[in-house]
Order: sequence, then structure tokens, then C-alpha cells
Amino acid sequence: MFAIEASGVTKVYRRFSNRRQFATLKSALLRGTVFRDLHPAGTFAAVRDVSFKVPQGTTYGIIGRNGSGKSTMLKLVAGITKPTEGTVRVNGRISALIELGAGFHPEISGRENIFINGIMLGLSKREIARRFDEIVEFAELRDFIDAPVKTYSSGMYVRLGFAVAINVDPDVLLVDEVLAVGDEAFTHKCLDKFAEFRRRGKTILLVTHALNLVEKFCDDVLWLDGGGIRGEGDPRRVVSEYITDVAKAEEKDLAARDARERERVSQSVPTAGPAGDAAGAPPEPPADMFKAGEGRWGSREVEIVDVRILGADGAPRHVCQSGEPATIEMTVRARQPIEAVVFGVSMFNADGVCCYGTNTDIEDLEVAGFSGEQKVTFRIKSLDMVEGTYKLDVAAHRVDGYPYDYHRQLYSFRVMSNAKDIGIYRPPHTWEFSAGIGARGRTIEN
Amino acid sequence: MFHNLAQLIRYRGLIQSLVARELKARYRGSMLGFFWSFINPLLLLLVYSFVFEFVLPNRSPEKPYALFLFCGILPWTWFSASILEASGVLISGGNLIKKVLFPAEVLPIVTVLSNLVHFLFGLPILVAFLIYYRRPLEFPEVFWFPVVLLTQLILTTAIALIVSALTVHFRDIKDILGNLMTFWFFATPIIYPLTGVAKGSLARTLLNLNPFTHLAVSYQELMFYPGDPPGPFGHSRGLLILLFASIGLFLAGYFLFDRLRDSFADEV
Repeated sequence: MFAIEASGVTKVYRRFSNRRQFATLKSALLRGTVFRDLHPAGTFAAVRDVSFKVPQGTTYGIIGRNGSGKSTMLKLVAGITKPTEGTVRVNGRISALIELGAGFHPEISGRENIFINGIMLGLSKREIARRFDEIVEFAELRDFIDAPVKTYSSGMYVRLGFAVAINVDPDVLLVDEVLAVGDEAFTHKCLDKFAEFRRRGKTILLVTHALNLVEKFCDDVLWLDGGGIRGEGDPRRVVSEYITDVAKAEEKDLAARDARERERVSQSVPTAGPAGDAAGAPPEPPADMFKAGEGRWGSREVEIVDVRILGADGAPRHVCQSGEPATIEMTVRARQPIEAVVFGVSMFNADGVCCYGTNTDIEDLEVAGFSGEQKVTFRIKSLDMVEGTYKLDVAAHRVDGYPYDYHRQLYSFRVMSNAKDIGIYRPPHTWEFSAGIGARGRTIEN
Repeated sequence: MFHNLAQLIRYRGLIQSLVARELKARYRGSMLGFFWSFINPLLLLLVYSFVFEFVLPNRSPEKPYALFLFCGILPWTWFSASILEASGVLISGGNLIKKVLFPAEVLPIVTVLSNLVHFLFGLPILVAFLIYYRRPLEFPEVFWFPVVLLTQLILTTAIALIVSALTVHFRDIKDILGNLMTFWFFATPIIYPLTGVAKGSLARTLLNLNPFTHLAVSYQELMFYPGDPPGPFGHSRGLLILLFASIGLFLAGYFLFDRLRDSFADEV
């Protein structure tokens, strides 16, 4: 027995062009297009040929990036919009936690709103009266229930909406990213309520970006991408495929951003004459180097022509896994033989905090002079950093600090991690317990 | 369509509580609260009687003019306010249509019904005036009153459904309506008696084509000219024709609304 059956569902929205957006009765009459204007012209498929079945009593997750059609799918299941093609069948009473408190009237009290909202969601007056105390209790609004809803804070508003919707006692519960409301305690209460629903054999359709929730709660997962199905099935497998895909997209995004940044810098800083021509005044380094934003300066007697971040497999990337090896590879060029040179690297987190910085001089490496194009490689055995986006400085300068080429935060990379630990540095570690403490779960093996 | 129409009966609890909410919310926070339902028509009445009894006294052939006026204005206010409000009701209730599984036709119907309640609140004032001027009501003519009311209810609901559905697609109906209703008001024998327009003239024909003419005349005949002509309700034929026409219009309006229903969630 299936609680939800969607087969071949396609939802096409009208795409508004400028002209059509301001379509008015007058212009429609003048052009004689009254009835044509009631039909879509330019279209856009938000959901494309999606089929899935949700067995009764299971929890089904829908994941996907922004704009992938998740919410549209949920609205189709809820019956709020009708599919352009295909059918959606739902067995049993639906309650949709989509827009909480969407039918509240601000001028009247919470008490009256509970009744009206409940009736809208399909309860009778008597049923609401019976559940009234439970609803108020759940929303934690006992003291304010007779105040007009317009005086509520946004949190109170949403809590009340949630409390009413969840007490409708539906057979099928549709949840759209609503667990973000309320404090920790309220979120736990909501999760408990979901667990109770599951125990009682109700069906839940969950749309969320909280992947850990999906892994923990869902029996099956549907991954939507661009309106179509990308994957379906076991949560762990689908979620990990999804994460890989997101990382790839992020990779592309970071690469594009870096390219734009370098483009901007190379335009604003004219290259300093032919190499060695000291007359071509090198762009001045900023007064306080550590407060400077993105930029590039130096005389370019030694030029860093390319910087690449390589993963464990030696392929260039912008997204790395925490704890895995990483390599920063610089291609440098000296147009004329150069004497001693110092190479440096440092990394900054999103707050601009320097997580690590070093150079060959600090580490007592004497780099002999060179000429032509060469490669400098900075190898990190294990990238022990917490999850986040980092920016990279690379530099070539003289031992006395005179800059040849300084690239300030022109490169970024993202570190991904399974653990959501905090800070800026993750020392390789393990947890150990004496025999008296039992412990289960993943542990970070470093 | 008929399935949906039948569903509407299931929503009567919802309609009822939404009307109550509408009425409560309207006067929440005002000092006189519900009394505004009485005071508004009363003030309107004062303005019109002042103009037509003192400023333009010769133009008021019916005495007492205030009462004559009131018989027409009270139902007109219900009619015009319902339609004007209905034009925006789907857009302002967009949250409900887009986010909750909600029968959209409830919204224009609630608008019509809550204005009906205001109309009913105005009736005691009318009765008070009747007593003040010692004007008798004629039985059994008075029993036509519910029929008049029903006809107006169906006609108003029909127009409200059409207007609300079309406004979703053509937002400027809202602006056109304001002017149209003013014109309609003057094209209806409310501030002047129908008998003042020469029989057989073009104006008279046009007035007869105006559905609200028959409602206004019916109200006037029941409350202002009871027993003139004596005997049974004189306008019954016109009223019954209008009643059936209204039912037809309602079905047509509901059909249109039903056809456009699926587009509301996407367009609002």
C-alpha cells in the first residue's frame, strides 16, 4: 500500500517576459488576446517527469540543490498546485508543514487563530477544542495565547503554526525545511514528534538540506536535480553521491571565482616593464600587509605565473578532504638569472585569520638563484583543517623582504570534513575510553 | 465543477469561522468596535439627507427623503463593497492559496457574506426610521424580503467570483472597478425614484437592464411604498426574472472560477 504515488509528474510554469509581466486587461483587450493571455507562452519546467512511490509508514526524503524542484514537488503532493502532466495520488489526510502560520490573521488572538487554522487544515471545531491544550503546550505560548498574533515574535508565530499543523494528526505529513525554526529544545521536540509519527505508522515526506537528518530519519531518499531525478534509494548512498556532486559544483564555482579575482588584479596592476628593469616602478606593497585584502604586488623580477592546488591523486582541485594530502604547486619564472630568493605560503580562513604561514627563509632553506621557468612545490602530508573555505597567499621575495611577486588571497579552496568540529586546526587525534565507558559511533581516525 | 460546488457545503464551517474572523478583525482595536457597523450607514445617511434636504431641496421628490435613500443605499453598500473587496481578495489571500490546500472560492464568498452581516446590522436602523416616521409595513408583502435578499446574495456572489478570478490575471480590474461602481451607483434608482424617469424613454429601458435597479426598486417597494400600489408585491415578476438570471450568472461565474482555479497558485 502506497501513501504517495507520483507518476510522470511534470510541472511547467509560465516564464514571464518583460512584456507579459505587465499584461493588463486593457492591452489584452486592445490586442484581442484575452484568452490567449490566460494560457502560458514562455514556459519553464520546474519538475520534469518525476515518478516515485512512498510506501505507507515510511519516511521519505527529498534532497537537492536550490532550484531543483523540491518545494514544487512538495506542493504538488500537497495538492496546492496541479501537475501539468502526470498524476499524484495520496492516500489519507495530508498536513503540510510548508509555510507555517500562513492563514494566521494578525489582528485576532492566538486562540482564535488556532481554531481557524485548524479548520483550514481540515479539523472540526470539536477536534480542535479537544487538542487545544496540547497545541498551546507544544507551542510554549500559554501566557500569550489571548494576545493578537501581530504581537508575536516570528519564532512564536512559527511555533504556533507548527503546533497546529502537527496536531492535525495527518496520515501523511509533508515537511519543508521547517526544522530551522525555534531553539534547540524546540527542534528536539519536533524531532521527537516526528519519531512518534513514525512509530504510529504515519508517512512523512521530508524536504530538507539537513543531510544528517536525512541519513538518520529517512528510509528512502529522492535526489532531484534541475527538476529531474538524479538518484533514489538508500539514504547513505544517495546522500554521499549528492555530497560528491555538490563538491564538484563548488569546485567549479571556486575555480571561476579565483579566475575572476586574478583577472581583476592583473587588470588593475600593469605588469612592471621588462624583467630587471627597475625603472618600471613596482606596485607598492600595502602599508599593513596583514590587513590587506586580495591583491598582487611586487617588482616581478620573479613572477609566479601559475598556482595550483593538487589533491591526493595529483589532479588540480579546489575542494579537498580534511586529513588527506594536498599539494600547492607554483610555477615561477625569472626572465633574468636571479640571486637568492625566498618562497612563502600562508593560509587564511573565512574570517581572515592566518591559520598557517611559512616561507623558505623561516625554515632555514637557502634557495639558490635560478632562471627561466621552474616549479616550486609545497607538499602537505595531511591537511588537518576544519571544514571551511580558505584563501591562499603565495609569494616570492628577496631575503630582505623586497617583494618580487606577492599574491594576496588570490586562491581559494574548500576543506570538507565529515565531522563538524570547530576551530582552525585539527590536531590528529583519537578518543579512547577505559573499559567502564561504552562508546559507539564514528570516530575520526587520524 | 458540480463536484466542487458540492464540496463547498463541506467548507461551511470554514466559511463561518472566516466570516467571524473577518468581522472581529475589522473592528479589533477600535473603540466603538462593532458599533461601527451601525454608525457607518447612519453617517452615510446623514450626509445624503443633508445634501438632498438642505442643499438641493427641490430635487427630493420623495418624503421623507432620508428613508427613501436608505432603502437603496444600504443594499447598495453591501453590493459594491463586496465586489470591490472581492477584486483583491485572492491576491491578498495569496498566502493561503499558495501555501495551504485551500478552496479559493471561499475567499470571495467570505467577502460577500461578511458584508451581508454588515447589511443586516444596518437593518435595525432602517426599522428604527420606519418606527420614527410611523410607516407601516404591509403583510404579507414583507415576506418577499428574504427573496430579495437571496436574489441579491446570489447576484453579488456571482459577480464577486468572476471579478476575483479575473483580477488574478488582470490586475487593473481593481482600478477600473472603483470607477465602474460609482457609475453603476448613479445608473441605479437609489438617489432618485424609478418613477421619476419617463416610461418608454431610452433611459428607462437602460435602467431596466441594470440588474440592481430591480433590487433597489424591490427594497423601496417593500419598505418605502408599502401598500402603494396596494395588494401583493408589485415588482415580483422583475425580481423573479432577476433571481433566475442570477442563478444562471452564478453557475457561469463558478464555471469560470473553476476553470481558472488551477492557475491561481501560480499567478497570485
